[in-house]
Amino acid sequence: MPAISMKVNGQVVTGEVEARTLLVDFLRSNLGLTGTHVGCDTSQCGACVVHVDGRAVKSCTALAIACDGASVTTIEGLARNGTLHPMQEAFREHHGLQCGFCTPGMIMSAIDTVNRRGKTLDEATIRHELEGNICRCTGYQNIVAAVQAGAAKM
Amino acid sequence: MSETGIGQRVKRKEDHRFITGKGRYTDDINLPGQTYGYFLRSPHAHATIKSIDTSAAKKMPGVAGIFTGEDIANDKLGGLICGWMIHSKDGSPMKAGPHPVLAQGKVRYVGDHVAFVVAATKEQAKAAAAAVDVSYAVLPHNVDAAMAMTAKAQVHDVAPDNRVFNWSLGDQAATDAAFKAAAHVTKIDLVNNRLIPNAMEPRAAIGSYDSGSDHFTLYTTSQNPHVARLVISAFHGLAPEHKLRVIAPDVGGGFGSKIFIYAEEVACVWASKKIGGRPIKWTAERSESFLADAHGRDHVTHAELATDATGKITGLRVNTKAAMGGYLSTFASCVPTYLYGTLMSGQYAIPNIYVEVDAVYTNTAPVDAYRGAGRPEATYVVERIVETAARELKMDPGEFRRKNFIKSFPHQTPVIMCYDAGDYAAALDKALQIADYKGFPGRKAESAKRGKLRGVGFSAYIEACGIAPSAAVGSLGAGVGLWESAEVRVNPVGTVEVLTGSHSHGQGHETTFAQLVSDRLGIDIDNVAIVHGDTDKVQFGMGTYGSRSGAVGMTAISKALDKIEAKAKRVAAAVMEASTNDVEFKNGTFTVKGTDKKMAFGEVALAAYVAHKFNSAEIEPGLKESAFHDPSNFVFPAGVHICEVEIDADTGVTEVASYTAVDDFGNIINPMIVEGQVHGGIVQGIGQALTEGCVYDKESGQLLTGSYMDYCMPRADNVPSFKLGFICTPCPSNPLGMKGCGEAGAIASPAAVMNAVTDALGVRDVPMPATPQVVWQVMQPMKKAAE
Amino acid sequence: MENFAYHRPASVADAVAAMKKAKDGKFMSGGMTLLPTVKQGLAAPSDVIDLTGLKNSGISVSGSSVTVKAGTTHVDVATDKGIRQVVPALSALALSIGDPAVRNRGTIGGSISNNDPAADYPAACLGLGATIHTSDRKLAAGEFFTGMFTTALKPAEVVTAVEFPVPAKAGYAKFPNPASRYAMVGVFVAKLKDGSVRVAVTGAGPAVFRVPAMEAALARDFSAKALAGVTVDAKTLNTDMHASATYRAHLIGVMAKRAVEVAK
Repeated sequence: MPAISMKVNGQVVTGEVEARTLLVDFLRSNLGLTGTHVGCDTSQCGACVVHVDGRAVKSCTALAIACDGASVTTIEGLARNGTLHPMQEAFREHHGLQCGFCTPGMIMSAIDTVNRRGKTLDEATIRHELEGNICRCTGYQNIVAAVQAGAAKM
Repeated sequence: MSETGIGQRVKRKEDHRFITGKGRYTDDINLPGQTYGYFLRSPHAHATIKSIDTSAAKKMPGVAGIFTGEDIANDKLGGLICGWMIHSKDGSPMKAGPHPVLAQGKVRYVGDHVAFVVAATKEQAKAAAAAVDVSYAVLPHNVDAAMAMTAKAQVHDVAPDNRVFNWSLGDQAATDAAFKAAAHVTKIDLVNNRLIPNAMEPRAAIGSYDSGSDHFTLYTTSQNPHVARLVISAFHGLAPEHKLRVIAPDVGGGFGSKIFIYAEEVACVWASKKIGGRPIKWTAERSESFLADAHGRDHVTHAELATDATGKITGLRVNTKAAMGGYLSTFASCVPTYLYGTLMSGQYAIPNIYVEVDAVYTNTAPVDAYRGAGRPEATYVVERIVETAARELKMDPGEFRRKNFIKSFPHQTPVIMCYDAGDYAAALDKALQIADYKGFPGRKAESAKRGKLRGVGFSAYIEACGIAPSAAVGSLGAGVGLWESAEVRVNPVGTVEVLTGSHSHGQGHETTFAQLVSDRLGIDIDNVAIVHGDTDKVQFGMGTYGSRSGAVGMTAISKALDKIEAKAKRVAAAVMEASTNDVEFKNGTFTVKGTDKKMAFGEVALAAYVAHKFNSAEIEPGLKESAFHDPSNFVFPAGVHICEVEIDADTGVTEVASYTAVDDFGNIINPMIVEGQVHGGIVQGIGQALTEGCVYDKESGQLLTGSYMDYCMPRADNVPSFKLGFICTPCPSNPLGMKGCGEAGAIASPAAVMNAVTDALGVRDVPMPATPQVVWQVMQPMKKAAE
Repeated sequence: MENFAYHRPASVADAVAAMKKAKDGKFMSGGMTLLPTVKQGLAAPSDVIDLTGLKNSGISVSGSSVTVKAGTTHVDVATDKGIRQVVPALSALALSIGDPAVRNRGTIGGSISNNDPAADYPAACLGLGATIHTSDRKLAAGEFFTGMFTTALKPAEVVTAVEFPVPAKAGYAKFPNPASRYAMVGVFVAKLKDGSVRVAVTGAGPAVFRVPAMEAALARDFSAKALAGVTVDAKTLNTDMHASATYRAHLIGVMAKRAVEVAK
């Protein structure tokens, strides 16, 4: 099996994978980073979103081997020295989660949105930017509020 | 009132783990030596299985075992059950066909379980499943509830006309008489579209067997792990309850779909022993969730409403065909009966109601409770026909409702329920105000200027939840009691663990339940832990569904806290050398009347365990109490929702332009969490109304909406932000005065949206989901007429 | 998902050589379509040849054309200032593809090589009369898109760039499939600098196609009202549960008008 190496949440990790191994499986099974979830098999729900080289990517639709040498950030890598990322904090503050399953992907997508669109986001922009992340619990209203507030504090 | 007590917007204690990726869902758990299970599923809607040849597959790499219905039969593993006996109006019991864990002789829907393949890796299990050779003889199939009783397909031998039962409720003769005397009769035909629940966490299970102790463990995505243990133990006969531990760790949403005991988890735990005790993990792929999670709704209904010359409702007749799918799922039978017919009075004083329901087998996935379960279907019937009647009578839909509202309580309806408290006019007034109903004509004119059709729709829903008084449901056929249990363990340092039979899968119990404890005992909320979801830790419990965890689950905790307080007072009295009657407890401090003696709650807890200062022959050491609460009535949340839609006449696209929800949930523990429940429920209802519909192909019986490519989940840009309001008539049947809030949004919103859509288009009915194509098609004859 | 051999060549020549050696190879760029297809078992390639190692991304804008290298992601096209200045319709189209995570990874070369009947880029290519540069040759968009999921590409031929002429004005209007968000009907209209008009439709038929009647009407008068009464025959269009051919035909008319209205 091919050996790969990447930087995940700032740490260099290595592993042997099959060519078909998806990034999400490498993260969950090889590295035990189970915060990244799998919610569908058609690349639509967004529960698996992580950042690869600074950009949001659906890790269920990326080969681990194709990320050899990349820098990956997962939900586990956001908090620094015990301090939550402002977007994480905003999700708690605004009740932007219920069952929590879509939450890691939501937060990673939200941060990517801020990276691309800036800290001042209106409701319509946020709703459009979240079209690749499905939540069944919250009705989105508090997620939108959380993203708006989290963006402002980033 | 403390900052973390009842009524406060306390931030959720459970959130930290979820926002940091440390939630622990079933698929996140891996056990040593774990294998992976994969289900070979039926590709046919209806077929006999002529043969299954597993010999080649068994030789594939990594395979640990391949099991079929024959193995299930050889082991005498009991079938899946339907736990609610419904009798037809002729007195005959419902016709429950066999529901084996793996198909025996016949498959009854696309996705039915044919073989269970266990291998060292998931890919190996899948590869081996592809090598299992099954020979089928295809049978005629039917996927349509309306056609079931005359279809060629016969799904179960016990039901020659595919009819599971023909149930009725209410006085038919009196209702017919009311219609004869009516000044006006409104008639409507409705389809309540089949939905697929789609909790974001797919179902998963890990079964393991320890031969050393002859003990099974099942990790599973369950809303009610004790019920799962009971069924697997008592009905499947796998192991007695003390030799089966069921753990439902973090569960990523349920909406009803994780109440049921499914073939998959039973197979995992059963097969683990067959392969020598190695754990077996199965995690549904989303496409399997579409095929084999229990679906919701799927009713075809004709309803008639009688009114007198003054616009008073005098009678309601409802006839429904309800699809059950290929098998009766765990609670399927109660959904279109006692959770449906009993709500037909809505918020209205209707003297005569008669409901008749044919439940029918179809060659589809089983149908069971999905958020609201029967009550959204009832509300849809009542609120669509009431709105239609108002239009026919040229009355304002709000005022027509007001005229017919129940105004005094308690109110006994003709369909079993006795409503205990409410103020429907107050909710209507508040909703009219928040929605600026008076300004609607102006907004409609403004929309028209932009070429858009605007409509407004009401939904004055009521639901019966806080499920449920055990004796009442028992008399109606339930196989279980629907009480809840709680155990409150006070540790010597004064921290508290609450063990609850409720199960949180998004509802935030770790916070709201702790708020109750913090409020009652006057201790910091961080000193309270809520333990749930593990049959080895928690005494028996009935789980979370039917908006019951507040009204029933928290009442059980409250009762246990009463006992804690009483016991602690005795301990405090002994330590402070006072009479128990003179000890008062307030804000976390015990005081002795007329003295300055006092003890903090933590000091009393320590004294209870140290046990030096009282006679343990009189007072037992320790501070731990438990309670079981069986409610005396259902609770009756109600409210008025008003929706405005805007339709693009060129494309048929419907947008929810504004949505107002005013709800009466009685007393509220945490408004932030309640609002979140309402938001989520409304969106599930908007989904039903505008985007979601499960479609089986009539010709092939295949599921056409088998992924998110075709099943349209509401996304963030499909919905607006909602305007919420609350009124409060405390529930008289529980000490906290709580009703339930988990399902209300999904119950109310489909009718509100569709009343708005039909208002915008000026038509009687538009089928759900009112997708752009559907709306466009509805508009075609109108456009032709206009030309 | 079946396993495969994975290659990540650093040059076009190596990519072509790897494909020639493979029994049943597939090129992969962003993988946004290939990976879901393989996951569902609808494809089981022996070899996956990852083209991201070519590092062939980038956009160059001249007065008369925009050239987008094949490995350029949708987000880079959507946010490119040069493109926004000269063909804003192309920016808007790129911004309407998939969702942000898909746009971050999906590429123009992958999209057009796959030629999904509901993909957006084919409408821009055909609507603007783009030239497709491959490892072997240059093809006009009209020759390149040959049918459902098929192109004029030979088995071991790789798209290297797409060259769009800068139009006088252009617009794109998309009616997404409510569930998948792919184009159920997408119409790209362009008035080219030579005065000719092109109308390309995606999502509605087996593959992207032009509508000569609309082109003629818009050539006379490039306005939405010029399209009144110009219809598309439903016979050749797709029918599925989301949209009948008749509804699609209707939507083509509506989206064409909207594309003209937003054209700049």
